[in-house]
Amino acid sequence: MTTETAASTTGQGRAPQKGVLMGFLTRRRGGKRLHWTDWATYAYLAFGILLMFGPIVWLLMSSFKTQAGLQEFPPTFLPLSQVTVEVEGNARPLPLFRVTMEDGSVRELAEVRRIGIVATMIDPANPDERLSVPIDAREPIREFQLATENYTTPLEQFEFGRYLWNSVFVTVIATIITLVINSMAAFALSIYEFKGRNLAMGFIISTLMIPITIVLVPTYVVVASLGMVNSLWGVIIPGAATPTGVFLLRQYMLTLPKELIEAARMDKASEWQIYWRIVLPLSLPALAVLAIFSIMWRWNDFLWPLIVLNQTEVYTLQLGLNAFQGELNTQWNYVLAMTVVTLLPVALVFAFLQRFITTGIASSGMK
Amino acid sequence: MSHASTGPAPAEERRSLKELAGAGVGILWAALMRLFEPPMAALQRVLGIGRMPYLFLLPNLAFFGLFVITPLFINLGYSVTGGTDLYLTERPFVGAEQYGFLFECGNYLDPTSCREDRFWRGVYNTMTFVTFQVAFMVLFALVTALVLNQEIRARGFFRAVFFFPVLLSPVVVALIWKWILLRDGLLNAMLLEMGLERILWLANANWAMFWSVFVSVWAHMGFYTLILLAGLQAIPPDLYEAAEMDGTSRWRAFWRITLPLLWPNLLVVLVLALIRAVQIFDEVYVLTGGGPGTATQFLVQYIYNTGFANRVQNFGLASAASVVLGVVLFALTITQLALARRRDGAA
Repeated sequence: MTTETAASTTGQGRAPQKGVLMGFLTRRRGGKRLHWTDWATYAYLAFGILLMFGPIVWLLMSSFKTQAGLQEFPPTFLPLSQVTVEVEGNARPLPLFRVTMEDGSVRELAEVRRIGIVATMIDPANPDERLSVPIDAREPIREFQLATENYTTPLEQFEFGRYLWNSVFVTVIATIITLVINSMAAFALSIYEFKGRNLAMGFIISTLMIPITIVLVPTYVVVASLGMVNSLWGVIIPGAATPTGVFLLRQYMLTLPKELIEAARMDKASEWQIYWRIVLPLSLPALAVLAIFSIMWRWNDFLWPLIVLNQTEVYTLQLGLNAFQGELNTQWNYVLAMTVVTLLPVALVFAFLQRFITTGIASSGMK
Repeated sequence: MSHASTGPAPAEERRSLKELAGAGVGILWAALMRLFEPPMAALQRVLGIGRMPYLFLLPNLAFFGLFVITPLFINLGYSVTGGTDLYLTERPFVGAEQYGFLFECGNYLDPTSCREDRFWRGVYNTMTFVTFQVAFMVLFALVTALVLNQEIRARGFFRAVFFFPVLLSPVVVALIWKWILLRDGLLNAMLLEMGLERILWLANANWAMFWSVFVSVWAHMGFYTLILLAGLQAIPPDLYEAAEMDGTSRWRAFWRITLPLLWPNLLVVLVLALIRAVQIFDEVYVLTGGGPGTATQFLVQYIYNTGFANRVQNFGLASAASVVLGVVLFALTITQLALARRRDGAA
C-alpha cells in the first residue's frame, strides 16, 4: 500500500501517461499556444518562489553582515562592510570614504573623527595633513565581506556550542529509542495473533487524540516525580513512543511474507532474532521514514523543552535561540547566524531525503 | 585541467564514505540489538512464544501509559484542586472552583466582564486566529495544489519550494519573519522606498494578528498542499479527457470534476488545520510574545503562562483550561477520524 502511494505522489508512475495526455490536449487546442491559465500558473509560481525563498535568502545574507552593517537603513542586499585602512599614529584602523572635494575632485580619505556634520579626515598616503569635510560630501567605500565571526563567536564564547551539543544529543538518543520501542510494538502487532491485539492497537491509536498541549501540567508532574526536570532525559523520554510511528511501521510489516518467519522459527531463531535480523532489515524503508521524522520532530521541538528545561546549561538550540532573541538588546548579527545554524541540519535532510519525507506525509498524514 | 582528471575520484571517495558511515551505523545498531539477545532468549524460555508479543509491546505501552494516559487522568485531578503545591496528594480539593473561576463572566462576549479576563481574551484571540488562519490555509493550499498539479516544468522543484518551510522549527520561522518586520527591517525599507509611511508591524494589535496568521500559513501551507496534491493526482485523467472532448471549459471541469472528487481530502485538510490552529503557540510566542499587550495571546499560551511562566504557578487553573481545550480538540479529532475513514473507505 505504501509503495503504491509513493509512486503516485512522486509523480513518476504517472508522468509518462500525463505527458501523452497533455500532448493530446494541446494538439487539439492548436499547437503550443498557451492558455491564460498557464500564464497565471507561472505568475503564481514566480510569486511563490519570491515569497517562500526570499525570507530565507534575506536571512542568509543578513547573517553575514557585521553589526554595523545590520544597522544600516535602508539595508543593502549583499553583506558589505566599509573598507578600513591602518594609518600611522592611529591605534585603530580608520574607515575609508570617497570624498568629493570643493574643487570637484574626488579623493579617498580616512575618517579620524566626526563632530556633528563635519568630519576630520586624512589622506592615508599623507597622514599629517588634516582636512575638514562636510559629511554629505562623502560616501563610504565598501566591499563584499562575510562576517564569519557572527558564527564563530556565539559557538565559542557564548553557550551556543553547548546548546548545539544538547540538541544533537536529544535528537540522536530520542530517535534511537523511538525506533527501537516503536518497531518492537509494530512487530508484535503485525507478526503475532494474540489476545488483546486490537485492544492494544486501539489504545495506541487513541493516544493520537492527546496532544501535549492538553496535558502539560500532569506530564510535567510525572517528569518531575521521576527527577527529570532540567535534564535532557526529561525531553527525550516522554515523546519516545509515537502512535504514528507504530502505525507506519506496522502497515509496512504487515506486507512481509509470513513464510520467512516460519522458516526462521524452524531454524531455531529466537523471537528477538527474528525481530532484529529478519523483520527490521526488511522494514528499512519504513524505519528510514520514521527516523527522518523523529529527527525533525526532536530537532525542532520547542514547547515541551521550554517547560522541562529552565537552566541555560541544558537548553537546546531552539530554547537558546529564543532566550537570546528575547534579551533587551538583541544582538541580531548573532541571532541571525545561529538561526542559520539551527535550520541547517533540517535543510540538509530535506535536500537529500525529500522524497522520503513527502512520501511519508502523503501515505500517513503525519507531520 | 587537473580538475577534470581528478573529477571522478572524489565522487567515488564520497560514495565509499557514505557507505562507510552507513556501515558504521549498522554495526552500532547490530551491537545494540545483539546486547538484548541473551536476556530476550532467556525471557522467551520462561514465558513461551505465546507471551512474547506482550513483551514486545511492553516498552511502548509503558511509555504511552506513563506519559500520555496517566497525565490525561491526573489532569482532571489537578483541575479540581487548588493551592500551589506540585504534587497532587498535597493539594486541597476545591471541586469545580477552578472551572467556576474560568467561566465567571458578566457577559461572555466581553472578556473585560469576566473574572479571568486573560482566559477569555485567549479564547477570543484563538477564535479570531483560527477563523482567518484556517480559511487562508485551505484556500492557498488548494490553489497551490491546483497549480502544482498542472503540467509544469520542474514540478518537483516547485513542490519543494512550497513545502520546505514545513520542516523549519517554529523558532526559526518566527525569527526569519521578525527580522523582516522590525522597525528598520526589510519590509519597512520597501515601504519607504515606495514613498509610504513606516509601520510598526508588531506593535499594532491588528497587524500583529495579521502577521501571526500570515507567518503560520507561510510555514504550514506546504503540508496541506501535499495532501491535496496527492488527492488531485488520484483523480483519473480520463475524466478530464472526456470533458475536453465534450468541449467542457476548464472552469466547469474544476467545479464538476475536481472539486467533488477532492472534497473528502479537503474536509480532512480542513479539520486537521483546525486541530493544529486551535493549539497555536510556538511561532506566535517567539514572533510577538503574545503582544502587543494581550493581542496575540492564545489559549495554549494562557495555559503555559498560568501553569509555568507566571511567578505563582497555578497548576489547578492551567489544568482546568487544558481540560476545556481538550474537550474542543476531542470533538475535532473525532470528526477528523470519521472523515478520514469515510475518505479511505471511498478510495
